[in-house]
Amino acid sequence: MHEYSIVQALLAQVTAEARNHGATAVRRVEISIGELAGVEPDLLETAFEYFRERTICTKAELVSRRIAAAWACRVCGRERRQQSYLRCERCARPFDLVRGDEIILDKIDMEVPDV
Amino acid sequence: MCDTCGCGDSSIVPVEIHENILADNDRVAGHNREHFAAASVTAINVMGSPGSGKTALLEATARVLSCRYGKDAPRLSALSGDLATDNDAVRLCNAGIDSRSITTGSACHLDARMVHDALHDSSGLNWQGSGYLFIENVGNLVCPAIYDLGQTANVICLAVTEGEDKPLKYPVMFRKADLVVLTKTDLESHLPGFDIAELEDALARVMPAPRMIRVAALAEDGVDPWIDWLDALPSGAGAVR
Repeated sequence: MHEYSIVQALLAQVTAEARNHGATAVRRVEISIGELAGVEPDLLETAFEYFRERTICTKAELVSRRIAAAWACRVCGRERRQQSYLRCERCARPFDLVRGDEIILDKIDMEVPDV
Repeated sequence: MCDTCGCGDSSIVPVEIHENILADNDRVAGHNREHFAAASVTAINVMGSPGSGKTALLEATARVLSCRYGKDAPRLSALSGDLATDNDAVRLCNAGIDSRSITTGSACHLDARMVHDALHDSSGLNWQGSGYLFIENVGNLVCPAIYDLGQTANVICLAVTEGEDKPLKYPVMFRKADLVVLTKTDLESHLPGFDIAELEDALARVMPAPRMIRVAALAEDGVDPWIDWLDALPSGAGAVR
């Protein structure tokens, strides 16, 4: 279950950003997961709840946004229909994945002491 | 917070990041790629289910390369990812492939750092002197797909016994494949329901540029086209796609 490995990478990234900003806690972490990223958001959230203990994210909420996969022809711009072949009928060239394989840390809401 | 000046108060600060969560893995994979390019080694990430015939394909590759090129055959090396044993690495060593295990424990995949550490730590593994470094991933059709290791190409072994719909069930893995090696084709005669056209149709729905080679490794049938495919890969270069 690689979601545990991904959460550990996520926590390392969030912790480093929080330190850079002098934060004392992280309240919310927003991520985007593509449909073809090979990552299950539900499993990711379960793993996050487990691994956030005793980190700066102890009280943080993980919010994941799912991004649908989209394929298009680089030549004519035609988009692929659902479940059809990955080859443009007009140009006979393979479709490119336009979006849907992202595993992205978008935003962190962190608690920073007032100066 | 103190009542006098408000010190100790804090604010919620939103910070936009927009960075790949696997950026660290990808950075190490890029570093591995530099190692491979510097040594002119072509690294192949071999993936597939447990028992799909990954090790047998590599054993047959060594035998057929030796027959084809004799003493001029390219040297082969391998790293075998395995949860608990070094059985595959031992088999590959016995087949003349300089091999070491990466024991992953409970991890269901290899990542770029495991490969990097093995490149530096595997005592005596002369991967720099080989033409091809095969990275035999942990047997799994899900997790290995998302980790770039720095390889030139991704190859998936799929046995005829696994069923024609596997590409549709595991689209993430097959989308990343540069080549599918259909293995154990000598068993096809025992599988009256096996439909190669159905498998080709499934691949065309999940692979942008579907490419499949049929191999019966033990009978060494179909190994030549696989070696021709390897020969055509850019030596030590970056990813095929």
